[in-house]
Amino acid sequence: MYLSTLDRSRAAGGPVRAVGGTVLALGTVSLVTDVSAEMVTAILPLYLVVGLQFSPAAYGVIDGLYTGATVLLRLVGGYVADRINRHKTVAGIGYGLSAFAKLGLLAAGTSGPLIGLVITADRAGKGLRTAPRDALITLATPQERLGRAFGVHRTMDAVGAFLGPIATLGVLALGGGAFGPVFMASFCVALLAVLILVLFVPNAKGTRPHPSAVSWRAVARLGRGRLLPAACLLGLVTIGDGFVYLVLQRRVELGIGWFPMLAVGTSLVYLLLAAPLGRLADRIGRLKVFICGNATLIGVYLLLDGPLGGWPLIVLVLALYGTFYAATDGILMALAGSMLPPELRATGMALVQSGQALSYAVSSVLFGLAWQAWGTGPACLVAAAATAIALPLTAFLLAKES
Amino acid sequence: MIALSPRIRVLVTVLAALLLAGVAVAYTALARDRPPVATGSSPVGGGPRLQVLTNGRLSTVSRADPGGPREVTELQCDRAYTAGGTVACLKPVGPLSSTGLIVLDASLRERSALPLTGFPNRLRVSSTGRMVAWTLFIDGHSYATTGFSTRAGILDTRTGRLVKSLEEFTITLDGHPYRNADVNFWGVTFTADDNRFYATMSTNGRRHLVEGDFAARTVKTLRDNVECPSLSPDGTRIAYKSAIDADPKKGWRLSVLDLATQRITPLAETRSVDDQAAWLDDQTVAYALQTSDGTNNTWSVPADGTGTPRLLVPGANSPAPSEVLAAGR
Repeated sequence: MYLSTLDRSRAAGGPVRAVGGTVLALGTVSLVTDVSAEMVTAILPLYLVVGLQFSPAAYGVIDGLYTGATVLLRLVGGYVADRINRHKTVAGIGYGLSAFAKLGLLAAGTSGPLIGLVITADRAGKGLRTAPRDALITLATPQERLGRAFGVHRTMDAVGAFLGPIATLGVLALGGGAFGPVFMASFCVALLAVLILVLFVPNAKGTRPHPSAVSWRAVARLGRGRLLPAACLLGLVTIGDGFVYLVLQRRVELGIGWFPMLAVGTSLVYLLLAAPLGRLADRIGRLKVFICGNATLIGVYLLLDGPLGGWPLIVLVLALYGTFYAATDGILMALAGSMLPPELRATGMALVQSGQALSYAVSSVLFGLAWQAWGTGPACLVAAAATAIALPLTAFLLAKES
Repeated sequence: MIALSPRIRVLVTVLAALLLAGVAVAYTALARDRPPVATGSSPVGGGPRLQVLTNGRLSTVSRADPGGPREVTELQCDRAYTAGGTVACLKPVGPLSSTGLIVLDASLRERSALPLTGFPNRLRVSSTGRMVAWTLFIDGHSYATTGFSTRAGILDTRTGRLVKSLEEFTITLDGHPYRNADVNFWGVTFTADDNRFYATMSTNGRRHLVEGDFAARTVKTLRDNVECPSLSPDGTRIAYKSAIDADPKKGWRLSVLDLATQRITPLAETRSVDDQAAWLDDQTVAYALQTSDGTNNTWSVPADGTGTPRLLVPGANSPAPSEVLAAGR
């Protein structure tokens, strides 16, 4: 017991010292922002499907299309950040936009279109900030430590995602079950994150790139790589957290109040595994870890239609789903960081993330329709089959590239 | 930014964190302290009574003066009903709790409780007070959409026998045995023998009135486009809602079906009613209507198609005639 504890603390101290102050500052911003974001995300599917009477198909459209609608903005954000070489400013605008969207949820009341608009603004902010932030991480980290740096950043990110739903439960309990205080608290937390970004994250160092290096023609060259189609392919087989949790909630007939805890469980696994898997990826190869991570999705989908039920099903699905995130999210960006030229880092990352988001939008809508037409069981089986087909294709594409 | 010393930056951050935390906590505390019930409770005089829900709290008013004094209890329900000395209550879904059925006696002492999953929608007690039947939404929240699913259950409070879902029953559709995964039941109403009941069954895009046999575990379809049936106290007629042009998206009209002659009488209420009507006596039905700002009002209308709707209990829903005469709630 003593030995294993000692071992773990040393393991945790290692990567933290090895990553720079920028990564730690960005990790803190992400941690606080994720507390804010997950506070809302944890109750949003429930709020829409149950509270506001949206059918599964309508939820799929909201969840998918609004994510997809931010794609263009994401690309613009990455490109502008590269072009003016101000990654921090662009990221800051994104964080700020998402913060004020939380106030918008408060103002939108029960109006479906308004809520859609506010969610769009929130996702737009996320789209705007993600690529410049990830570019900041790669620009402040030596190549051979990229996996580790993203591991630390995503761990901190996941700690926030883990704390967010717990905070939501606390606010719900304190506020007598009203949604309003959750949105208000989420806004306050998000504002704090913006402040930390402004005060503690330095702008990317390094020489201003030659303007001609950052052109749409250069971006078009990026798009011809194999990273983008691979990311899109995998986005197509990801049905999204909301659907995974909704199916799980139905299978287990979980009390509504436990719903946010599903996201907490996933985040817990994610935060425990993100840093170790990041280091593992630096050592044995990022592609291997990335592909294995995606394979766990097949397990998730099969379990959702499997004979297992009750708490064992919840624990297994969340463990696999958290592993999927830990082994893919940061590691894909580390892969991208090692493949993309520095002057187009943010744009390239935005391109990859946009491709993923766009295909995720399509898969979300499709899964919503499949659920409504065939029920959850067959819909999950189809998703599992699609993943099993997409995986070898992705491995082939990425193996050629790296 | 870089010009600020690290100490100042930390100080600013901590101060901002404290300020923002204060705002969030204050807002939350205000939301909690906002009084949920505006109406106070005042004793109701003697005579026949009516049980309603006032902002989700079990309440009683006098039949003679339903808009007058109102006794409001602490008991919170999403739906409530009472008959034959039994009070039934479907608990509201809370942030940390799912719904459940509570069966109480006339003096509101809890007799049994049953945890349930879903969102409370309909609730009835048979005239003897023995059978309790409920409907919960499992998916979706409205009968007007197509993607919803419901679950209707029945509890025999005397034997403790529980039917979790009417979908377990054997179905006869238009005289033929029938099975389909898309079957949904809602809006159960019991006859005086505590065995036969009526309900709505939807399948394949059609919504049928069904007659059920609790002991035999069977249901058979009677006719189309009849939802949320409610049997009159004399057992001769059914008040129900029927979708306009058989399209629920256009709303519902309240009508009364004479079971012997099969004659249909549209009632004088012309607004769309999405409720299972409750018979106040053999001549009058009551139902709830929601205003656009979300306020529930209980209305009544004569059951023979004459007259005009009358605002019975403002700010209340889930009406049920109560036999309890004496004060003691």
